[in-house]
Amino acid sequence: MITKVHMEALSPTMEEGQLVKWHKAEGDEVASGDIVAEIETDKATMELVARGDGVLRRIILQEGGTAPVGEVIAVIAGADEDISEVAGASANGGPASSGPAAPPPAAPSAAKGADSPATPAAERVEDTGRDGERVKASPLARRLASDLGVDLSRVEGSGPGGRIVKRDVEAAREAAPAAMAYAADESEYEDVPVSQLRKTIARRLAESIGPVPHFFLTIDVDMGRVIQARQSLNALLEQSGEKVSINDILLKAIAAALRKHPDCNAHWQGTTIRRFNAVHIGVAVAIDDGLITPVVRNAHAKGIARIAREVRELAGRARERKLQPDEYTGSTFSVSNLGMFGIHEFTAIINPPEAGILAIGGIEDTPVAADGQVVVRPRMRITMSCDHRVIDGAQGSRFLATLKGMLEEPTAILL
Amino acid sequence: MAQTRTRTRGQEAASAGDPFERHGVTPERALELLREMLLFRRFEEKAEEAYAIGKIGGFCHLHIGQEGAAVGSILPLRQDDYVISAYREHTQALAKGVKPDAVMAELYGRATGASGGKGGSMHIFDKSARFMGGHGIVGGQVPLATGIAWKIKYRGEDSVVVCFMGDAAVNQGGFHEALNMAAIWELPAIYVVENNEYGMGTAFRRVSLTDMVQKASPYGIPATSVDGQDVLATYAHFRDLAATVREGGGPRFVDLRTYRFRGHSMSDPVSGTYRAKEEVEHRTKDDDPIVHLRDKLMAGDHLDQAGLEAVDAEVRSVVNAAADFADQSPAPGPEALYRHVWAHLNPNGRLCLDGRGESPWR
Amino acid sequence: MAMMTYRDALNAALREEMERDPDVFLMGEEVAEYDGAYKVSKGLLDAFGDKRVVDSPISELGFAGLGVGAAMAGLRPVIEFMTFNFAFLAIDQVINSASKMMYMSDGQFPIPIVFRGPTGAALQLSAQHSVSCETYYVHSPGCKVVTPATPADAKGLLKAAIRDDDPVAFMEGELLYNFRGEVPEDDDYVIPLGVADLKREGSDVSIVTHGKMVHIAMQAAAKLEKDGIQADVLDLRSIRPLDVDAILASVRKTNRMVYVEEGWSFVGVGAQVAHIVQEEAFDHLDAPVLRVTQADVPMPYAKSLEALAKPTAERVVDACNKVLYR
Repeated sequence: MITKVHMEALSPTMEEGQLVKWHKAEGDEVASGDIVAEIETDKATMELVARGDGVLRRIILQEGGTAPVGEVIAVIAGADEDISEVAGASANGGPASSGPAAPPPAAPSAAKGADSPATPAAERVEDTGRDGERVKASPLARRLASDLGVDLSRVEGSGPGGRIVKRDVEAAREAAPAAMAYAADESEYEDVPVSQLRKTIARRLAESIGPVPHFFLTIDVDMGRVIQARQSLNALLEQSGEKVSINDILLKAIAAALRKHPDCNAHWQGTTIRRFNAVHIGVAVAIDDGLITPVVRNAHAKGIARIAREVRELAGRARERKLQPDEYTGSTFSVSNLGMFGIHEFTAIINPPEAGILAIGGIEDTPVAADGQVVVRPRMRITMSCDHRVIDGAQGSRFLATLKGMLEEPTAILL
Repeated sequence: MAQTRTRTRGQEAASAGDPFERHGVTPERALELLREMLLFRRFEEKAEEAYAIGKIGGFCHLHIGQEGAAVGSILPLRQDDYVISAYREHTQALAKGVKPDAVMAELYGRATGASGGKGGSMHIFDKSARFMGGHGIVGGQVPLATGIAWKIKYRGEDSVVVCFMGDAAVNQGGFHEALNMAAIWELPAIYVVENNEYGMGTAFRRVSLTDMVQKASPYGIPATSVDGQDVLATYAHFRDLAATVREGGGPRFVDLRTYRFRGHSMSDPVSGTYRAKEEVEHRTKDDDPIVHLRDKLMAGDHLDQAGLEAVDAEVRSVVNAAADFADQSPAPGPEALYRHVWAHLNPNGRLCLDGRGESPWR
Repeated sequence: MAMMTYRDALNAALREEMERDPDVFLMGEEVAEYDGAYKVSKGLLDAFGDKRVVDSPISELGFAGLGVGAAMAGLRPVIEFMTFNFAFLAIDQVINSASKMMYMSDGQFPIPIVFRGPTGAALQLSAQHSVSCETYYVHSPGCKVVTPATPADAKGLLKAAIRDDDPVAFMEGELLYNFRGEVPEDDDYVIPLGVADLKREGSDVSIVTHGKMVHIAMQAAAKLEKDGIQADVLDLRSIRPLDVDAILASVRKTNRMVYVEEGWSFVGVGAQVAHIVQEEAFDHLDAPVLRVTQADVPMPYAKSLEALAKPTAERVVDACNKVLYR
């Protein structure tokens, strides 16, 4: 029984992966479920498991090499089985070599050009369903599936000859949003020598600033009471050894404010706007090679200490690139805080399909007028980027006013 | 009714008195005509040479042997008169005042050519010289000439249009339609058949039972016939004809008899199945318009061998300069490809639909 | 605004442009003393005299070429073909002379001429009088093609065509001449070429069309509405220049398109538009583009067969349902 080891889509947006390390060598016995390799995706380093039993007969993609999703990167088979049919052929449909199956030369990522023979396979991978059959879908359905993270190979088509059309993708999305987490992205990109993560960031940001009609709202917040609250909370937590940061309180306040303004806690879905009851906050975390937004789920229902723990834990694993896909997808709203870098004020780019993101500046002692007197107060600037298709100016402003109220009188969070 | 009159051949008439006086052409003017014919001959020989070494491509139709027809019919015209022709038009363009440099550069397909290198041998245009083009569809220019004449009359101007065509064009429907309209509206047009006896490889007598001079008679257009190898006779004829038409005499039709010394085009044989080698040799030797005029000028002591050689040297230098100019001129660049398909950039919609995205007309 | 026929709207456009510019003249068969075979030029002879409103002999090639020559020399002719079906005799002058002159002469000779007349089928005129001729002209770079469907468009577009410096094939319809509609009386009511008109706004399917078929498309849209389907009906108005942006905007909105044209399908206008849509809006298509065209046969005479050959609102509805997967 021959089992092809494919470059699998290990993240929702992954188009290709880099082979970091083979855990098995040619000739090693392999059982189904064994970890055979580590793959760097666009988000994280993931483990690739064997989907068949036998011997790892041939490694096609060498360590450091890159292959598009769907390409055959190794072959598992019985010890004596003839694998010449598959070992020389990759998923791009090239003719199987008739002689001894020579592995293609290792393709280190730096040397991989746009004319690499692997590229056509990348173009074709979305045509292939679970059974290796061509998925028939309208061009619009393909694009929509890509945007919504729907795996077309799991969608039943209602068009002529089983063609998947727009309504099928929308129905699939409605029916099983959770099942979509591992869908391959339909879009195509040039194989340029930048990291997987950087690629994703570039695409997401560009996608966002293009079709998403952004507008921006900025508000000034007096953070004196939050600073006091943090001191009180940390005093209470002293015995546990835990600490909360200003940012943790901020996240809690944002979650509470979003609960009061579900119109801002929403996704743009083209034909519908989905307003969420739960608040899942994506927290932008800077890592070595870019950023990633791990998600604090149900932040509205969690205490500040719990939020603090989760953020620390998620951020730590994000920096080690060990996040699982479900830990960085599915946020309903995002927050980016650059205060620690001395940034006074900035604007952030929306993470679609979310409708808003907050850009948090640093707390600075600022002279302000209070009761006719100039006093120095710790002030912080928050800028909200809004997707105008979902949020109008007044809605965004009302949300910010609520948030400001909560930060300037933190007990309001309890209301 | 059509009036038909036939002039006698130039060389027969030469014996009857002084040819210059008889045609009302001074010897000085005759020397100018000789210089023009010689220029045209050398120009076409240079084109022949350039074609042979690949400097000129496509179809290239030479006028060698027909210089008297071009000079005699066009030089009497005014600057504001129009000339329009078919595709054997290099020397007609020169006669109407298009610069040799611009004509040669056009043959070479250069940006400095009369049509920017986009027309080539068959499509030389010069608006300022009122040379309205070489046209490549047999007879296609004849209705255009009628339209130009229509404009002259519409605007009440006193210029005329001279429309050249080959003898094969008179069997095209458009010729008949155009002449009929010129006749009914009395337009100031002179339709000239450069009758070199062959439409490409088909002798005119094989494709017409009636004589050339009769072709306009159904429309009531007066017709004449003149020997194009006798440049003095031709010159005098067109001088008088243009004056008649200019004065409101209505359209005229001329059978301008001539002979082509070369093949139909550079890629066609000079002789062969359609005309005998001996015929071509005889006509070339005995009926060269340049030789005829040279002999008359020498006979009248208006020109000697040294004078002739000086003229020849001068026109050769003009032709060589034109060839050098063409050779050194740039080919049209890619920016010219989409230029002048349309009169203006269109502010709305797409004019160019080739999907290549290079066009300014998108 | 005034209520008038398509015929009278064309007449008004001619009259206004001839008053505006003494270089404009009208020539064609029966245009002067007879007042026009379809009475489009009624009264113009009296108004402008026989120098500017000219009865030609039946010489389509000849007077088309005459017009081109006059345009080369600086006039702005309007050449009427009794029908574009007769202009096959003249097409050499339209393609080889008018459309290429500007380019062959490297910009020295723009040809500001309008060739106008009805195109397409009327009723039982059979094979030689029923051809929709747009594609023959639109194929050729250098020739604009305009196809007004309503009286207001007829007026505004004819005025634009006469003022245009390029050759324009201006295609009317025998069955349109009596069509009535509101027409602006403004002397400067000029509709720029290359601007499509959304004759009806919908969200579910784009019916894109030109000329007479606009009315078939509108009938189809009305039928679809009864089924709860809202169709965009986009009238291109001119085929060259082509309002690609309007086509793409409509398709991006509805994700499906049906092209309706009176002419034959093979290498037809709809084929070109479908090509552009797949090239530039591929990811927006949820269904293949369908076309409703004349049957691929010469137009038969018998009523029964003629009805089968022509595009109908029912066929447009069927095509819309297909692209809607209904």
